[in-house]
Amino acid sequence: MAEKKWLPRWFYQLASPRWCYEFTGKLLPLFVIAAVLLLGIGTVWALAFAPADYQQGNSFRIIYIHVPSSILAQSCYMLMAVAGAIGLIWKMKVADMVAKCCAPIGASIAVLSLATGAIWGKPTWGSWWVWDARLTSMLILFFLYLGIIALNSAIESERTAAQSTAVLALVGLVNIPIIKYSVDWWNTLHQPATFKLTERPAMPAEMWVPLLVMVIGFYCFFAVAMMLRLRNEIIQRERRSSWVRDMITG
Amino acid sequence: MSFESFAAFIDMGGHGLYVWMSYAIALVVIAVNIVNPLMQKRQIFSEQARRLRREKQS
Amino acid sequence: MSDSVPKQSLADSPARVYKVDGPFWGALKRDLLLSYRRKSDLVNPLIFFLMVATLFPLGVSPDPTFLADVAPGVVWVAALLATLLSMDSLFRSDFEDGTLEQILLSPQPLYMVVLAKVLAHWMLTGLPLTILAPVLGVMLFLPADGMWGLVLSLLLGTPTLSLVGAIGAALTVGLRKGGVLISLLVLPLYIPLLIFGSAAVQGAVTGLPLGGYLAILGAMLSLGLVMAPLAIGAALRISVSG
Repeated sequence: MAEKKWLPRWFYQLASPRWCYEFTGKLLPLFVIAAVLLLGIGTVWALAFAPADYQQGNSFRIIYIHVPSSILAQSCYMLMAVAGAIGLIWKMKVADMVAKCCAPIGASIAVLSLATGAIWGKPTWGSWWVWDARLTSMLILFFLYLGIIALNSAIESERTAAQSTAVLALVGLVNIPIIKYSVDWWNTLHQPATFKLTERPAMPAEMWVPLLVMVIGFYCFFAVAMMLRLRNEIIQRERRSSWVRDMITG
Repeated sequence: MSFESFAAFIDMGGHGLYVWMSYAIALVVIAVNIVNPLMQKRQIFSEQARRLRREKQS
Repeated sequence: MSDSVPKQSLADSPARVYKVDGPFWGALKRDLLLSYRRKSDLVNPLIFFLMVATLFPLGVSPDPTFLADVAPGVVWVAALLATLLSMDSLFRSDFEDGTLEQILLSPQPLYMVVLAKVLAHWMLTGLPLTILAPVLGVMLFLPADGMWGLVLSLLLGTPTLSLVGAIGAALTVGLRKGGVLISLLVLPLYIPLLIFGSAAVQGAVTGLPLGGYLAILGAMLSLGLVMAPLAIGAALRISVSG
């Protein structure tokens, strides 16, 4: 009796490190092209063609880095927690590796978001750092990433490290809305969110279309960085298997 | 184009330093995230190749 | 140690009624007894709490109006750090002498045992800290109106501190140098508690109604009571098997 499969075939195949290595090998060039194109077009558009903001002038162009990196830093944490949960529940090796690769990328993106936020704060608010709600919650997100990296590197056994960080990531995931709410409540100085799913953005189209291009471009860049790390991780862990041996010698 | 000249483009209405610094940091972060795994890959491959050679000799 | 085992007499043995709270009371009693016999561990967090609060007037300014302003935050930060300091030993000795492995192997619900251990930890650190807090409040010139807010917010907040900290302790129990790592893992998770706890004290000082703050702290505590033991249990299983 065949078990009913309600997920597409490739999802099951992703669980095999070898298949995953070959699959990402095929996907990688596509995402590289997409990332280069989108980020290239988006940057030129953002820097040269988008109109200046009537209040903030040209310093507003920092938004095209700041907003995508903030969104990406948060989604990266989500991916890490979900991949960790999949690794915990179904004991999928590839999911563990994905979760592990997320942490350093997410931390660096959070740094980018914090740095651009601080730089944007200087001309807008007059100081490099303002204890405003959204900068602070991004800082806390960065701390969560650091905790996960520290825990992962402190545990020697790969399996235990993956499971422990997955638990920590899930605890953090439950906490993120609470942290966000409490920090929002604590202090609000920042402008409201740029993109909301439920309503149309308040800025004109010639401003938000390049922003959307940049956001998608950042996601493609994340996919590229992720796959590069994931492939290294696969080779590192499967180094004793015959297909890796053949690939290295052949 | 929302700028008249190249100099105005660089100046960004007086905010040039901030805007260009942001984009430079973004470039650095992206580059680190791409170069780091690529270097790691080279290291892993050479290490494994060395290990395989050693195992073949013994 | 006969008194450390829950009383399940042999008289009603063939159809023994299974009690869920048996392991709870057993573990609670055992932990309280163990720390009663090692009294120095009990006092250390309290001394730390006092010392941190002393450092602020020395380091910043002894001016009463300034100290009254920062007192809510200082007392809360000191309580948070004192709890964190004592967290490392929560599972450590049980891990080292093998008790933890036995607890995990036993058929008793881990949830109850973990909850009892955290409750014991709170009774030995959080509760004394709460009782000691008004003394610190007086030392830092906290206005008398703020005292109730301080005590109530700590009473509701410190159990959550213990619950969340125990997750970090469970994750690092198998590691040699868990101490610093726990703070890295747990401090970001403590931030909402710090915000609402010190806001409650501030609210009490300025005469605002406390109900809202205390309700939020209570909500966090109930969420922690339900979820944290599950995470602690999972983390313990991972740490011990690894």
